[in-house]
Amino acid sequence: MSASVLYDAPGPKARIRNRVYSVLGTLAVLGLIVFAVLRLNAKGQFAPEMWEIFNNAGVRTSIRDGVLTTLQVFAVASVLSLVLGVLLAVARLSDHKPVRWLATGFIELFRAIPLLITIYVLWVLLLTYRTDLGLTGDSTGFWALVVGLTVYNGSVQAEVLRAGINSVPRGQREAAYALGMSKTQVMTTVLIPQAVRAMLPTIISQLVVTLKDTSLGYVITYQELLFQLQQLAGNIVVNDDNPYVPVIIVGGTIYIAMCLALSALATWIERRGRRAKTGIPVADAAQPLTAGDALETADLSAPEQPAGKTG
Amino acid sequence: MNVLLDHLPQFREGFLGTLALTAASAALALVLGIIMAGFRVSPIPPLRAFGTAWVTLLRNTPLTLLFLVAFFVVPQIFFPGTSPFVLAMVALGCYTSTFVCEAVRSGINTVPLGQAEAARSLGMSFAQTLRLIVLPQATRTVIPPMSSIFIALTKNSAIAGAFSNTELFNVSKLLSDKGFAIGWIFLWIALCYLVITFTISGAFRLLESRLEVAR
Repeated sequence: MSASVLYDAPGPKARIRNRVYSVLGTLAVLGLIVFAVLRLNAKGQFAPEMWEIFNNAGVRTSIRDGVLTTLQVFAVASVLSLVLGVLLAVARLSDHKPVRWLATGFIELFRAIPLLITIYVLWVLLLTYRTDLGLTGDSTGFWALVVGLTVYNGSVQAEVLRAGINSVPRGQREAAYALGMSKTQVMTTVLIPQAVRAMLPTIISQLVVTLKDTSLGYVITYQELLFQLQQLAGNIVVNDDNPYVPVIIVGGTIYIAMCLALSALATWIERRGRRAKTGIPVADAAQPLTAGDALETADLSAPEQPAGKTG
Repeated sequence: MNVLLDHLPQFREGFLGTLALTAASAALALVLGIIMAGFRVSPIPPLRAFGTAWVTLLRNTPLTLLFLVAFFVVPQIFFPGTSPFVLAMVALGCYTSTFVCEAVRSGINTVPLGQAEAARSLGMSFAQTLRLIVLPQATRTVIPPMSSIFIALTKNSAIAGAFSNTELFNVSKLLSDKGFAIGWIFLWIALCYLVITFTISGAFRLLESRLEVAR
């Protein structure tokens, strides 16, 4: 149902009324923004000196380092989480009961616990055993963050992939077996490629979540973008005040730009998949909150398949 | 094992803190989300644009950054000296409201066309159509995603613990700083979260079966 079904094409009276509401709505939104700007201005957050800090080479270097560190964590964590996701998805669809139970337990446990707590516990553990593991300096925080992100996002990606594998029409699998393929061959050459193609938008949207969650490194005082920003804002004093607002505006823009770029990629792939006439339908690009959402979208777009039937 | 028994008051306080924060931000998110969904389908372009901007911006911001905004920027604009609980509630509520908004909006889209058309042909206004006809019918499809949204909110509320709120993450941090074995703390905290999330999913399943009426 398109939005326009909810109201008639406006007549002369309605048009006037809509125009009045438009003006009022615009004024209310603008008023709120102007009020916020005025208040912040009164606190001196928009003073030119506050924004001068970005001309400082040191400030720019630390923001650049923050962005690079965030991207580094994101790159490692996303690759590892995808690998773990594939492994867990296959394990959860395995014919062997113990393997299936183990994978299910792992997925359910790490999906149920807040990511922040997983990361924090890993950090404490790594700090305790850092000498045994040979970790030095920053690498403790790095690995705590990467491993935490990997186990959580890997569990979610596994559920997404499982939904994708279950949405592959059963005939595909049966035909592959009829050709005499082994279980491994069926999984790697028939099911997973089609599942990945169908679920690519959802997988990338989950990568956006991974990117956003790198900011949890702030809590374990790891030097990623958000921590760097907070340090900058907390340590620099301009006109007897900390430049929180300029730093947050700049940092927020960087984060939103990175996430929007990734989301745009997901939407583009979804559109491209929808245009194609062949293959199974492509999932939504909406950010899944939990893998349960991914399962629902898969169920909507695919014909009913018996779950857990890998042959 | 002894960590739990010796520090039962702290664990209880943390548990109640998480519950209170989750409940308060869920209420805020629900109200804001439904209003924003109304904005996004309304006939008035500036409000539609505002709703879209709200969802796009907040969805693509890390929640931790929103917490920074709530704790360092918001007090400079409104009411200085607001308690950490309220600030955390604002950050969590605003962030979650975007997910609620999208769930409600897609729920509105599942209501059959004829319903809205019939309402309009009876001469109902946009507000009446939405409030009396479409939203009540959308409720049924909105409830399952709402359950996962609130479970995600419960887990996100852990971040508030890093911003001077007393809740489960905060408690685990304090006890770990005191030198207790992290393994046992982790186990108990995980159990607490499981209790909350299972309760939420159970309650929503009950609600779902209650509202499940043959059309």
